[in-house]
Amino acid sequence: MSMTAETVNKPTPADYRSGIKPIWCPGCGDYSVLLEITKALATLELRSEEVAIISGIGCSSRIPAYSSCYGFHGVHGRALPVATGLKVARPDLTVIATGGDGDGFSIGGNHFLHACRRNVNITYIVMDNQVYGMTKGQASPTTDPDWDSVLTPGGTGIRAFQPLVIALASGANFVARGFAGDPAGTTNMIIEGIRHPGFSFIQILSPCATFRPDQREWRNMVREAPVPFTNDPSRAANRIMTDDGFNIGILYRGDRPPYETGRKGTPRDIDTIAEEFSV
Amino acid sequence: MSNEQNIQINLANIPQLLAHAIALENEASERYADLADLMEAHNNYDVASLFKKMSGIEQLHVNHIQEMVKRHRIKALPTVTYHWLSPEGPETTDTTDLHYLMNPRQALKLAMYNEQRACDYYANIAAHTQDEETRRLAQELSAEEAEHVGMVRVWMDKYPEPEADWDQDDDPPFQPD
Repeated sequence: MSMTAETVNKPTPADYRSGIKPIWCPGCGDYSVLLEITKALATLELRSEEVAIISGIGCSSRIPAYSSCYGFHGVHGRALPVATGLKVARPDLTVIATGGDGDGFSIGGNHFLHACRRNVNITYIVMDNQVYGMTKGQASPTTDPDWDSVLTPGGTGIRAFQPLVIALASGANFVARGFAGDPAGTTNMIIEGIRHPGFSFIQILSPCATFRPDQREWRNMVREAPVPFTNDPSRAANRIMTDDGFNIGILYRGDRPPYETGRKGTPRDIDTIAEEFSV
Repeated sequence: MSNEQNIQINLANIPQLLAHAIALENEASERYADLADLMEAHNNYDVASLFKKMSGIEQLHVNHIQEMVKRHRIKALPTVTYHWLSPEGPETTDTTDLHYLMNPRQALKLAMYNEQRACDYYANIAAHTQDEETRRLAQELSAEEAEHVGMVRVWMDKYPEPEADWDQDDDPPFQPD
């Protein structure tokens, strides 16, 4: 594109894409989220080498491979411990953890609680499609109890996990719900989540076109949250528990100081440390 | 979450209009190329090939608009914040409208919708710009897009309607990590 020099020097979303072609099913919301993340990074004008994207296992956890940023496609449910460790060791990096509802709330559920509690300055984006898509459609923690499917005839009968309220109760400093099919709103939410100090949790409703075709209707169901965000966690929790799961927007911004990252204490040489362990 | 009907696009001059035109065609071309890759990964070669063709056609439109830039003796297009009626450019396919089992007719229906949105977009500019030359060029571009709508419709009609159970699959994709 023959634009002016100023335009050429500004990063574009394409600068944050690797050459690897996504293999998500056509129609998958995760593809939109990838575009939204790259748009957010371009708006923030972060260089690829200033950003690390960490994931676990699942369809949505493929994102690091599709990005030109540093990436780690790790162990199932363990995106947050890796992201936390990285941020503590390298506070200069912008660290984003990504994954799905099964990876984050079931296999990695315990890590989710403690990442919220520690409040390390990272952004956690969960692409929630309420199903284990990669393994052919089992019910996940956020699946409604009456979702009738081949693998769960009549539904699971089990109450769905409420990630936003759990995040609030556990101490997350920024809580938002987005929709993959709302590129402008979700991009802005990711930008704000990265900017906000502490642990930012963004649940993005991301339809699974293959195993949850009913989620195509989500586009007609989502709406902007009727009130602006609050800094009162109990008020935010009350709003979330009384909505139908389709109010989108930034719901809570806290002011809890983030976990202090970087080296603490006086550095000691290796011989001094070894001496403590000598027998 | 935008309300397209209430948005008025008011571009001041021809360089601004052509900057938008190139951006929207480029974005459309890149999206079709991405979608072709997705379809190929899911063995839907008919639709992959169609999206590749669409990507190429949009690239020809970029070249066509670059010729217009030369014709208007514009040395460098301005740096602009793009004003669209929706979050993405008007010819950019909505990624959530797809399915791995869709047939070429369904894919061309999406393409036709994109061309119609581009037609409406230029018409919106023509209706709201204060500059007479910009209005004329926006009308010209809108008419070109209307012609594309007709061409895609003819192309689409060569393919049959999908079967009623076109999206049923007893063995849906398994994606090993």
